[in-house]
Order: sequence, then C-alpha cells, then structure tokens
Amino acid sequence: MKIVVCIKQVPDTNEVRIDPKTGTLIREGVPSIINHDDKNALEEALQLKDKYEDVHITVLTMGPPQADVALRESLAMGADRAILVSDRAFAGSDTWATAKTLTAAVKKIGDYDIIFCGRQAIDGDTAQVGPQLAEDLGLPQITYVTHLEIEGNKVKAHRALEDGYEVLTTEMPCLLTTIKELNEPRYSSVRGIFEAYKEKTVEMWNAKDIAISLEETGLNSSPTNVRQTFTPSPKGQGMILEGNGRDTVSELLFKLSEKHLI
Amino acid sequence: MNFNLTKEQEMVKTLMREFAEKEVKPIAADIDEEERFPRETVEKMARYAMMGIPFPKELGGAGGDTLSYIIAVEELSRVCGTTGVILSAHTSLGAHPIYQYGTEEQKEKYLKPLAEGKYLGAFGLTEPNAGTDAACQQTIAVLEGNHYVIDGSKVFITNGGESDIYIIFAMTDKAKGTRGISAFIVEKDFPGFSIGKIENKMGIRGSSTSELIFENCIVPKENLLGQEGKGFGIAMQTLDGGRIGIAAQALGIAQGALDECTKYMKERKQFGKPLAAFQGLQWMYADMATKVQAARFLVYNAAMKKDQKLPFATEAAMAKLFASETAMEVTTNAVQIHGGYGYIREYPIERMMRDAKITEIYEGTSQVQKMVIAANLLK
Ligand SMILES: Cc1cc2nc3c(=O)[nH]c(=O)nc-3n(C[C@H](O)[C@H](O)[C@H](O)COP(=O)(O)OP(=O)(O)OC[C@H]3O[C@@H](n4cnc5c(N)ncnc54)[C@H](O)[C@@H]3O)c2cc1C
Ligand SMILES: Cc1cc2nc3c(=O)[nH]c(=O)nc-3n(C[C@H](O)[C@H](O)[C@H](O)COP(=O)(O)OP(=O)(O)OC[C@H]3O[C@@H](n4cnc5c(N)ncnc54)[C@H](O)[C@@H]3O)c2cc1C
Repeated sequence: MKIVVCIKQVPDTNEVRIDPKTGTLIREGVPSIINHDDKNALEEALQLKDKYEDVHITVLTMGPPQADVALRESLAMGADRAILVSDRAFAGSDTWATAKTLTAAVKKIGDYDIIFCGRQAIDGDTAQVGPQLAEDLGLPQITYVTHLEIEGNKVKAHRALEDGYEVLTTEMPCLLTTIKELNEPRYSSVRGIFEAYKEKTVEMWNAKDIAISLEETGLNSSPTNVRQTFTPSPKGQGMILEGNGRDTVSELLFKLSEKHLI
Repeated sequence: MNFNLTKEQEMVKTLMREFAEKEVKPIAADIDEEERFPRETVEKMARYAMMGIPFPKELGGAGGDTLSYIIAVEELSRVCGTTGVILSAHTSLGAHPIYQYGTEEQKEKYLKPLAEGKYLGAFGLTEPNAGTDAACQQTIAVLEGNHYVIDGSKVFITNGGESDIYIIFAMTDKAKGTRGISAFIVEKDFPGFSIGKIENKMGIRGSSTSELIFENCIVPKENLLGQEGKGFGIAMQTLDGGRIGIAAQALGIAQGALDECTKYMKERKQFGKPLAAFQGLQWMYADMATKVQAARFLVYNAAMKKDQKLPFATEAAMAKLFASETAMEVTTNAVQIHGGYGYIREYPIERMMRDAKITEIYEGTSQVQKMVIAANLLK
C-alpha cells in the first residue's frame, strides 16, 4: 500500500501573540510545528504500516525551505520519504492554488492508494485544501475520519458528524481527512531523529519539477482576495437588570425599544 | 567555544520537553509520595529509543551523541529528578562501561539489550565502608576454574532491584590494593546474588536505591569486564562520564524550579502587585537565572569535550560541582519565593528541593569534585 500524507508547518498557536496595535500575528520567535490534525494523519498511516506489510509512506508539504524541519520530524516518526515542494512562484497561494500545487506534486509521485490530509490547519483554518485536492485529482473523499479499517481494496471509515458518526465505504485510491479523535500521535524516536538527519534526505521540488503552470499557483492565480484582516473588537459589557419582575421587565422593554430592537 | 545545538540536538530537546511534560510530569508527585519506581516510563523511553542515546545503532543505541543524551536527562529532570537519575545511572553507569571496556561478545549479549531498553542497568561500587574511599573494597572475587565466586555486599545502588544487569566491583587480589580491584557484569538471576534493603530516602523517592548481597555468587569468567586488576580505573573513568549525567540532572532540577518561579512571580499578588514587581525578589531571581545558565554552559561544555574525544574529567567535575550546588541554592530560594506554598506538597517546589540535595552527594560528593579538580590542575 502506498500512502501520501500532506502536512503543513504552522506556527504553534499556543505561543502566538497578537500585536495589539496592528491586530496581526507576531510570527517572530514563534516555534513552528506540524499542524495537529496532520500528525493524526501521519499516525494513522504509521499504524497501517505497523499492521500491514509493504506499506510505504511519503510525506508531502508545500512551504518555504524552513518546512524541512517538519518533514524531518515526520521521518523521525517513521515516514519513508519526504518531499518539500518549494518555489518563490508559490508565494501567496490561497487554498485553491495550494490544492492545484499539491495536485501537481501528487501526480508526479504517481502511485498511491490513500492520501491523508488533516482536516484543518490551525493557522489558515479553512479545512478546504483536503477536499479541493480530492476534487482536483478526481478521487472519492471521506472527511472528518475518526476510525478506519482496510477491507481488500476498500476503506471503511467513521465520519464524525455533529451528534454522531456515519460509516462510509469507498474504494482506493481515495483521500481521507483526519481529526484528533482518530488516534494519539506517537513521539519521534531519538534514533529516528538521528536517521532523519544523517541517513535520509528531503527531496526538493520546484515549480518546474512538478510541471505546474504559473496560471495555477501563487498569488496572482489565487481567487481569494484578502481585503483586511482584523481582530473583531470585543463585545460591549452585558447588562444585568436587578429588582422585582415587574420593574425589570418594563425596564427591559424600554431598553429594547430604545435600541429599536422591538 | 560554540554552544549552538545541531538540528538533531534541537529536535531531541523539543522531543524530550514534550515527552517530559506529557508523560513524566503528571506522575512525578505520585511516584515521589508512593516511592514507586516508574516502570511504565522506562518502557515508554525504550519504545522511543531514549535508553541508549549515545551508543551506535548497531549496538542497539540511537546513534546519537553525549550532548543529546545529556539534554534528555536535563529535560526529564526539569519535571522529575527521579526519572532523570534512572536514565543517567542506566546509560552512564550501567551501559557505558560495557561500551568502553566490553568484548564484542559482551557488547552483543549485554550492551545491545541495555541500549534498546530491554534491560535496565546499574553500577555497584559503594560499600558500607567504601564510600568516598571507594578503593577500600571488601567484596571479594575468587577465580575457581571457569567462574568467579563473589562474596560481599554493596549499598545505595541506584536502580537496584529494578535492573537486569549490574556492573560490580570486587577485590580479586587484596595484596595489590587498588590494583587488585576488578569489574564484573552480573545478571540479576546469577546464583548467590540477591537484593537486600531498599532505602527510604529524602528525595528522588521513585528511584530505587538498594543493597546488593553476594553469597557465593557464581559469575562466569567471560563476565569479567576489562582485565583483572583494572577495575578501579574502569570505575573512576565511568564516574567521570557519569558526573556529566548527574550534572545534567542537577541542571534540569534547577531549571524546573526557576520555571516554576517565573510563573508564580507573575501570578501571585501581595500588596496589590505581582511578586515579580518586588526588587528584593527580582534580584534573587536574576541570580538564580544567571547561575542556571552558567551551569548549563559548564555541563554542555563537558559533554561536547567528551563527544570530541578530548579529556573531560576536570570539566565534568566542575560541571557537577557547580550544577549541583546551583540546584541546591536555586531550589532553596525557589521555596522562599513561593512562601508557605513552597513548603506544601501540592506544589512541586519542595520536591525539587529534596531531589536537588542528592546531586551534591552521589557519584562523588562536592568535596570529591574539588579534590579531582585541584588534583588535575595542580598536577
Ligand atoms: C482568507 C484567507 C486569506 C489568505 N491569504 C493568503 C495570502 O494572501 N497569502 C498567503 O500566503 N496565504 C494566504 N492564506 C493562507 C493560505 O490560503 C492557506 O494557508 C493555505 O492555502 C492552506 O489552507 P489552510 O491553511 O486553510 O489549510 P486547510 O485547508 O485548513 O488544511 C487542510 C489540510 O490540507 C493540507 N495542507 C494544507 N496546506 C498544505 C500545504 N501547504 N502543504 C501540504 N499540505 C497542506 C494539510 O493536510 C491540512 O491539514 C490565506 C488564508 C485565508 C483563510
Ligand atoms: C540515593 C543514592 C544513590 C546512590 N547510587 C549509587 C550507585 O548507583 N552506585 C554506587 O556505587 N554508589 C551509589 N551511591 C553512593 C554514593 O556515591 C556515596 O554515598 C558517596 O560517594 C559518598 O559516600 P558515603 O556515603 O560513604 O560518605 P563518606 O565517604 O562517609 O563521606 C562523608 C562526608 O565526608 C566527606 N569526605 C570523605 N572523605 C573526604 C576527604 N578525603 N576530604 C574531605 N571530605 C571528605 C564527604 O564529602 C562527605 O561529606 C548512592 C548514594 C545515594 C544516597
């Protein structure tokens, strides 16, 4: 079985602070980590590898050269191959362009049975890339996977819903997006860390390598336009009316009509 | 001197911090209270190749270096001094002498499972009458045909009763004094070997400290470690390396106490201000932080010297002396900064202070470190 796991390197939001003047994230000095849901994706792939013979795991990321660390960590956890898709031309990609770029990279990888994505990145937060990638590749997809079984060339998955789950079956190749309820990601092993740096390599692919046209990637090919980013101003203080029922009700009616709400 | 960590060392540090916070910290208070050896933590450390960090992969290790191992001990000790010493005694005292002095067969048979974490290791030098004066060994080993017969006892042995393999020192020739001491690899099930009293301690209470008893204990000849009569040198050189591990334990305990103060001084308010606003405490805190950082440089320096295959005995003794005294001072002041709460078991600070004290005693007391440093420098 050949598995591709898409991971994204994100700032550790536990340590992110907001610049009170500009309202934007202060990224400087913030450690980068593998996106949480993506660690669950990788863990699931590793569990399949523990369970079945001949499972090969490729981790794939699109990002700046610093994303190397996230790929090394994936190798240290047990992945077999790591690919960093990186090019100045990709800068400013929105989810549409990110998915197009990843599609081109997956096509170059060629052979796969399952593609895992995390549900959602903790920074961009859209949960769009997984489904877009499935659409671009023409693959069946199951999102929000909380439980997974392999049956022949089919996967059977529990898909989380707000108040329960549904059981879905689909044929491979397919794309699955994972959430944290799926499993508990393992730690890297110390031996894995030294192997990741001394014995394994991270392959670097640029726009030319994955044969993507500049119409499909980067800022200019991104249909999303960011007009403004801001932190919503905190809601005003609430008001508690005290006193007996008759007085508070009439005061409430007065306040509501004052605000033209009734 | 360059203290930049390599990418591998950085990643080991991040891993160990996360592992310590999630797996070790939550049980640290309980294993202290209950004097319970954290077997489950040892098993987890084995799974993630933390039990043989500085040994080559072919010998079951992680293929890492001394500094990475030292960082691991530091990060574990930052939340739990017990877990730090279990790893340090196992790696530096149990496994390392076999790596350095063992035959190919001994490495295959004993080092490999030790480095893989399938076995736990210990080191028995101290006896009731041979503490600082370690050469005064009363345990004897007599060669009879193709095995030695060992008689005597050891006290205060870390990981005693929990270990599978013990590096044991005994007199093979009393007349030769120090040159009559030999080292042996003893398996826990060898006939005539048993565990005696388990000590009830002030600190590192989850770590087992026991007596070892040898009554006509049969040890195969091939379990002699190094040559006959070279045991004292093996013990002293093993302790040179082990001291870097204990220095890292002390450093970790001190850093842990400092981190607790950083949090507490911002949270706790008196006179309408956080403690952090009081200059009297700021000065205390600044001294603590400075000493912890100085200790770190000494400890990392000793580890790097060892990795570069340069002499490191003096550096290791300085690191242990300074880091352990720093740990004692910093944890004592940390209790002070926490006031009454520092004295109460619900907070980790009093445990850190109890754990810190032992770092000034084992693997050579502070007085011994000073003797080593002066002897080396005044040569
Ligand atoms: C409104 C808005 C405006 C933005 N504008 C800009 C901009 O101007 N410039 C800019 O640089 N970025 C911009 N971004 C960020 C960019 O769109 C996203 O970071 C990126 O497309 C991935 O989307 P996401 O973070 O929402 O990931 P999600 O869709 O939430 O991620 C789901 C999963 O897809 C996979 N995945 C996501 N990204 C990658 C990746 N790079 N490599 C491999 N796998 C991946 C992972 O498995 C992940 O768990 C913007 C985002 C938003 C929401
Ligand atoms: C929890 C614990 C774990 C231990 N683990 C191990 C282990 O795994 N393996 C092992 O072999 N041992 C172990 N030990 C033993 C430890 O190394 C000894 O306790 C230590 O070396 C001191 O020996 P001692 O207790 O006999 O003290 P003593 O040697 O009696 O010393 C008493 C005091 O006299 C001082 N002193 C002694 N000689 C001199 C001198 N010449 N000049 C100045 N001052 C001097 C000492 O510094 C000390 O302050 C452990 C001890 C403890 C408490």
